[in-house]
Amino acid sequence: MPYGPHTPEERGKMLAALGIDSVDALFADIPPELRSSPLRLPPAEPELELAARLERLASHNRTGLASFLGAGAYRHYVPPLVDQVLLRGEWYTAYTPYQPEVSQGTLQSIYEYESLIAELLAMDVVSASHYDGAAATAEASLMACRHTKRSRVLVSRSVHPQYRQTMATYMSGGDLDLEEIPLVADGPAAGTTDLVALERLLADTARPVAGVVAAQPSVLGLLEPMRAIGDAAHAAGALFVAVVEPVSLSVLEPPGRYGADIAAGEGQPLGIPLGYGGPYLGILASTEALVRQIPGRLIGMTTDLDGKRAYVMTLRAREQDIRRERAASNICTNQALLALAASVYLAAIGPHGLRDVAALGAARAAELADALAAIGVERLHPGPYLNEFAVRVPNAVELHRRLLGHGVLAGIPLAELEPDDPALAEGLLVCATEVTTSDEISLFAWALREQLEATGTVAGERVLATAGGIR
Amino acid sequence: MVPTDLRFTKDHEWVRLDGDVATVGITEFAASQLGDIVFVELPAVGATLAQAGTFGVVESVKAVSDLFAPVGGEVREVNEELSGQPELVNSDPYGAGWMIRLHVADEAQLGELLEPAAYDALVAEA
Amino acid sequence: MSVTGIKLQPSLFELSRPGRGGGKIPHPPKDALDRLPADQRRTEAPALPELSEPEVVRHYVNLSQLNYGVDTGFYPLGSCTMKWNPKLNEWAARLPGFASLHPLAPDETAQGTLLLLWELEAALCEITGMKAVTLQPAAGAQGELTGILMIRAYHRSRGDVERDEVLVPDSSHGTNPATASMAGYRTITIPSAADGGVDLAAFRAALGPRTAAVMITNPSTLGLFESRVGELLAAVHEAGALAYMDGANLNAIMGRFKPGEAGFDVMHINVHKTFSTPHGGGGPGAGPVGVGERLVPFLPFPRVLRQADSTFRLERPGERPTSIGRMRSFVGNTGVLVRAYAYIRAHGGAGLAEVSEDAVLAANYLKRRLEGVYDIPYDRPCKHEFVASAATIKKETGIRTLDIAKRLIDYGYHPPTVYFPLIVDEGMLIEPTETESVETLDDFADALIAIAREAHDDPQVVHAAPSTAPVKRLDETAAARQPNLRWRGMTGAQTPCPD
Repeated sequence: MPYGPHTPEERGKMLAALGIDSVDALFADIPPELRSSPLRLPPAEPELELAARLERLASHNRTGLASFLGAGAYRHYVPPLVDQVLLRGEWYTAYTPYQPEVSQGTLQSIYEYESLIAELLAMDVVSASHYDGAAATAEASLMACRHTKRSRVLVSRSVHPQYRQTMATYMSGGDLDLEEIPLVADGPAAGTTDLVALERLLADTARPVAGVVAAQPSVLGLLEPMRAIGDAAHAAGALFVAVVEPVSLSVLEPPGRYGADIAAGEGQPLGIPLGYGGPYLGILASTEALVRQIPGRLIGMTTDLDGKRAYVMTLRAREQDIRRERAASNICTNQALLALAASVYLAAIGPHGLRDVAALGAARAAELADALAAIGVERLHPGPYLNEFAVRVPNAVELHRRLLGHGVLAGIPLAELEPDDPALAEGLLVCATEVTTSDEISLFAWALREQLEATGTVAGERVLATAGGIR
Repeated sequence: MVPTDLRFTKDHEWVRLDGDVATVGITEFAASQLGDIVFVELPAVGATLAQAGTFGVVESVKAVSDLFAPVGGEVREVNEELSGQPELVNSDPYGAGWMIRLHVADEAQLGELLEPAAYDALVAEA
Repeated sequence: MSVTGIKLQPSLFELSRPGRGGGKIPHPPKDALDRLPADQRRTEAPALPELSEPEVVRHYVNLSQLNYGVDTGFYPLGSCTMKWNPKLNEWAARLPGFASLHPLAPDETAQGTLLLLWELEAALCEITGMKAVTLQPAAGAQGELTGILMIRAYHRSRGDVERDEVLVPDSSHGTNPATASMAGYRTITIPSAADGGVDLAAFRAALGPRTAAVMITNPSTLGLFESRVGELLAAVHEAGALAYMDGANLNAIMGRFKPGEAGFDVMHINVHKTFSTPHGGGGPGAGPVGVGERLVPFLPFPRVLRQADSTFRLERPGERPTSIGRMRSFVGNTGVLVRAYAYIRAHGGAGLAEVSEDAVLAANYLKRRLEGVYDIPYDRPCKHEFVASAATIKKETGIRTLDIAKRLIDYGYHPPTVYFPLIVDEGMLIEPTETESVETLDDFADALIAIAREAHDDPQVVHAAPSTAPVKRLDETAAARQPNLRWRGMTGAQTPCPD
């Protein structure tokens, strides 16, 4: 066994102390008919060979592409100090801080995380973390149902489809209803939440709504009329849940300022690697009024017996280990180390740095939009965006595949992300961040033009007509 | 010894009847068993309670306990002080630490509750 | 104690000075944001701290030194399996090929990770005796919810909609009843038998046409193998219910007991326990769920599929309409799963069996060392953990388990889990794991024995413990009565900055 310390003599000493000559005696309570068949697994691998295997597996992934893929997970520059802090064993080999006297590091770091995120979101209460943005959003919708004692939630299709799917799963348990608010089909607000449809759904007073959920920016990258959505929700006695992206909040109005009762979101952009989907960081925040409803751990500041400032897990009686079947959620292990990563990232990059990340991403995205417009590829929706937007291309799925051959990961075809929305069938969702380079943008535009020309779908007049670009 | 003008449940709630209004709280024994009380969740005014039904929850740092109505009736008043000062339940359980006032629907229900001496005996066994 | 003498730290916000820091990100063009509508822009900047790199690093290094971890010392926290976290695995998860792969990357660009996940699923099937595994759940509790929702979907698929109860023993983790509630079920709590095991008669009496599932932890949270599990499973299935196994204690039984073979229908695995992925101060974990034949159709999507040409792809939404749906975004906590994969590969089947043998041997040895000094409420061979109790010490000296736990800190140890399971008076759940040497086990036993002596001879020192930790015991009552859950600028309302 690679990590065990025992020599045969030491095993012998322990067996002798127990008065037995084999560990089999300690397993005698497993009835013979229930005993396991042997474990048929590949043989143990010495570390050198295992390291080579892992490197080989990692190298079978293609990660050196010029990537314009976002859609809920974003490539960002992470200062190396973030991971160097995370690699300290005192952080990552500790358990949940049940014993506060030997966990002040973890406890203070989470209190600071709660404070940093509360500032960024302009919300009062931030939970110590949830699994990811989707699970946090699902918990937010359950919170709304508990608080209002209603059982119907409206979610805008501006919210990432995987979040909507996760909400549906979580809500199926309590037989709660989840309904989608469609997006505006055309005109200047095309692609954003349909406020008329929202009013119609809210008007069904026989089925009162617990919460209305919308995302800013939307899954299509568009800026949403959050204040109007929130006002409509509140007028119907529902809570307003905002799904937010944390980097954008350095430049966009935060949810606490436009009336969100609950904010949820994915914390991955705050210094967390893409890592094929996790571990990420579910952000969940609320107003003071909902502090008893928010699931997950909360860390509070207090004092020790000598009056020294200290930190402790608090409002514990809401949680599963004490309240059991009456707990607000079953969540136990969460994503503490990722909350630490987000805090270290925010501390390292600072408020001005965070604004620069958002603004530079916006600038790169505009550069991308211009470059694509110059080859006749237009945005699918006219409304304002931050750093992600959809473009219209013929045969998006096939085109996306062909661009891979040029080393370009051309975002994601909306036909794959939102297969049930025919209005998006020709869409390609692309994004840029502060790490996107002009060379990558040029390569993308060149390769896309090559492909469009090869398939005869670029018309000279169209190129001229849109050369000014849509921003 | 517990106050003699009260009646008690086996779950350690007390009730004091004044006309047709019953004031309800938890006993000193219950409060001390729970330890420092940090939160009391009470029903809305106007709610109708059934005898022995739950009317709220009381939390200490590491425990949580349901509150059971000693008698049925409509909630007329809840002790708003407890939201800011839950410690009143510890410091003055039979006075300022009261929880709800009910309009009693059926006074006969009081007959099913424990007399002070019987409650003292119950606590002595615990 | 490693943290002795370490100073407490001011908050990040107190360290901030306007104008500090910067230099990480290039400045964007001045007009970069002009195209955004004014009414959507943030008008007042968030009050985040401004710090230089040295201050940031020192802050977090100093904070880390206030912590106790497996890298620091012995961490016998029962039910949590605080085994060694291999360093190779940390390196592996950070390989750029794994770490920088986008979760929506086309399948053809993700073949390395997909192969790894597929092999990990197969290994977990073999270890648990289950037919299929989903790697999606982010932690054990989410795995439980996944499992119970699958059971619900199974019953409904058969038109069996009357079942609305889940039975759990009173010794279970709190996540079990909390999960049942989230899935829309009523929890029926079944008291344990006098020997700490399941009370078969009580279960039989509670089982019926309304029972959807029974949730069992085996070995139990008392560290005891449920020898009557075969009879229990037969009774559960006879009642038309399904059996859920909480796999928190899998570290005790690898190579000895496969829940799927024994007849459990579904179980979750805490890879941050059995498969050595670090706990991170409270996550991330990963909670793969294994299922028997009957529940395979209901697994969450997307599954990892192997194609005829031996390449891999992710299942697409809607491809399998019987699925309960998605539990979270993307595939799962992949970075955690890479570590678990490396751990299993490093051990092989024989190595994993030896892990369980050594974990069980260490627990029994430590239990033997404490006999006669502490109460051992269930005096039979334990599995990977055991319950000791200070009930007699409390009666004789007034010193409680909590005091003993705090005194262990002064001796340089992380305390065991205390007051869990709830059914043991003054209990402490001790789990040494297989990666601690005999010297460590002996030293720890000596410390617990010495504290028991102190309880009689010098109770005040135990009652006042810890005296060497960075802080004394905390005012948890004030923290809960007037919660201070975030820093609110420099309002003067905070406790003064520590020294």
